[in-house]
Amino acid sequence: MKDLKDTKTEKSSGISRRSLLKGAAAVTAGAAASGAITGFPMIWAQNIKNVTLRQFGTGVSNLNAIAEKCKEDLGFNLQLTSLDSDSVTQRAVTQPKSYDIADIEYWICKKVFPSGAMQALDTSRLKNFDKISPLFINGKLTPDSEIAQGTAPHTVGFVEGKNGTSFAKEQTNWMTLIPTIYNADTLGIRPDLVGRPITNWRDIMDPAFKGKTSILNIPSIGIMDAAMICESMGEIKYGDKGNMTTGEIDRTMAILTEAKKAGQFRAFWKSFDESVNLMASGEVVIQSMWSPAVAAVRSRGIECKYQPLEEGYRAWGGGLGLAAHLSGLELDAAYEYIDWYLSGWVGAYLNRQGYYSAAPETSKQFMSEDEWNFWIEGKPAQGDILSPTGELMEKAGATRDGGSYWDRMGAVACWNSVMDENRHMVRKWNEFIVS
Amino acid sequence: MPMINSKNIHSYWQSLPLGMVLLAFLVFPIAVITVVSFWDYNEFSIIPDFIWTNYEYLLSSPVTWKAYLQTLQYALLTWTITLGLGFTLAYFLAFHVRTNGMQTLLFLICTIPFLTSNIIRMISWIPLLGRNGLINSGLQSAGITDAPIEWLLYSDFAIILAYVHLYTLFMVVPIFNSMMRIDRSLIEAAIDAGARPYQILRDVVIPLSKSGIIIGSIFVFTLVMGDFVTVKIMGGGIRASIAVLIYNEISLLQYPAAAAGAVVLLITVIMMLVILFRLVDIRKEV
Repeated sequence: MKDLKDTKTEKSSGISRRSLLKGAAAVTAGAAASGAITGFPMIWAQNIKNVTLRQFGTGVSNLNAIAEKCKEDLGFNLQLTSLDSDSVTQRAVTQPKSYDIADIEYWICKKVFPSGAMQALDTSRLKNFDKISPLFINGKLTPDSEIAQGTAPHTVGFVEGKNGTSFAKEQTNWMTLIPTIYNADTLGIRPDLVGRPITNWRDIMDPAFKGKTSILNIPSIGIMDAAMICESMGEIKYGDKGNMTTGEIDRTMAILTEAKKAGQFRAFWKSFDESVNLMASGEVVIQSMWSPAVAAVRSRGIECKYQPLEEGYRAWGGGLGLAAHLSGLELDAAYEYIDWYLSGWVGAYLNRQGYYSAAPETSKQFMSEDEWNFWIEGKPAQGDILSPTGELMEKAGATRDGGSYWDRMGAVACWNSVMDENRHMVRKWNEFIVS
Repeated sequence: MPMINSKNIHSYWQSLPLGMVLLAFLVFPIAVITVVSFWDYNEFSIIPDFIWTNYEYLLSSPVTWKAYLQTLQYALLTWTITLGLGFTLAYFLAFHVRTNGMQTLLFLICTIPFLTSNIIRMISWIPLLGRNGLINSGLQSAGITDAPIEWLLYSDFAIILAYVHLYTLFMVVPIFNSMMRIDRSLIEAAIDAGARPYQILRDVVIPLSKSGIIIGSIFVFTLVMGDFVTVKIMGGGIRASIAVLIYNEISLLQYPAAAAGAVVLLITVIMMLVILFRLVDIRKEV
């Protein structure tokens, strides 16, 4: 027992020595490459290895592989905690001292940031800031694209100063979250069980699928799916799906309640694994879903498709923000970490999971051409496509559901959001769940 | 007189530790919940205030009433079934199993389901009851049904089933306990006096195991009234109870609304307990 323990210590100290060297090498290389050795924040590699940053967020990007790679590249520790969206919001506001870095979605940011639990990031301290997609800066994927409804990330992306709590209308030097991950969501289907082509959001209300559908029970996201469905049915025309009036909310929930009473829904899900199980077990054949859940169903050898729909996608985006209490060495380390996050390796990792990286060009360098073509360009895969952990995701010849990055992100109808009438919406949603 | 006084003081000292624990971990939290239930709130914070809107909304909303009806229905059904099962099991253990060793062994067997966590016990029903689960595929391959039975899972049936599975033991234990205390000579006397078996049951066994029945009922009622995990997992998120309502509000940061819900639930449960305690004086009969 003692021996085992000893070897273990030795091994771990070995790793840290090695990674320290590597880190030092990377730092030197980085400093040399940037051509400006200004004395900060590169030279404290000696004591930074004692730093531990506590990051918490939703399961999507809280990946141990990222913490390991961070340790290897930067030398300090990252402690990850995964929670569901509601708990993340709750913890971000009520226990601001319990984390250093919050990995949250933009709609959560809209709720959390005004509470003063977080501090804004100085964009001039980030080398990779200019690599961030304009989607997060001015809301436009391409200069002529239209801005979708809802809490678009750029609308809550900036504040006026370091301690600002109200969002700026335009780009400033102070960012609330540094965007890291985003995607366009749609309905997942079991092509083998639906028995007909699915083309619209309203297809989930088809009586043929009675008792075989599900939607997610996270009000801020569920209401969006509900709105997409009602609009597609032609029942309601919304002014802004991301900020509904009380009348619109009432009518939306009335339509869903009616469907629930008629037995249209099999279940409501709240977490990722619930949606995977519902789909894989065949309890449900069409439901709101997240992209890695579709991949998880498929990896069990069960057919599952992330069906693009005529009305477009419901998009979401997340990023990293700093807790208000962070200062000194920890703050420097946090900046270093966030800059590293944008530098490509993580982006490539996320791209390979079916999400999108906020700094596309940096992640391209960390992906093979075939991978880039499959995930981003929407072209047929030349060889087998593997997940970041090496499992087979798609066989050669497959193309991504929904096509290229520009096809998918260009067809966003609305972003996940928090509405002015949030309290009313939540009440109505609760009534719907209970009814 | 002084003697009695000093005795009294001593017993107060002795009860002080427990009193402090109860004060710190029971009375204080409930007081905080009650205070918060009068506060105001917005999306990200709770605001100290004194308003009645939380209660107003709670008590005037048809949703609350529906949820209460639903929860009471769960509680009543669960109570009826667990009482039937629990009483029968306890009766068998107490009066039909002869040896002490066998009684202990069978009693231990009753507790086996409790060796795993209640979440695991609940979740293991899902592969059994699902649309393509064991029961449905068994029924279909035996030609008994053509299509899967939908109401087995994510339904009231599934919820009641899980409750019965989880809580029957809470009925068995106290009833068994009070049955073991029944003097066997009473039953012999009844037989000698010419009582028929059901008369013995009605006039001797049931009245004498009343305290066990009431204690078991208290367990089952309070557990079902305050439960949300079972409803959430077995109901697939489309069924709801009071506790699910409170849970939803907590997860949406609406603490004051949740606190108001908790206070009303507490009052309801206490009222039910008062009624149950009226039926039997537990201290006298145990």
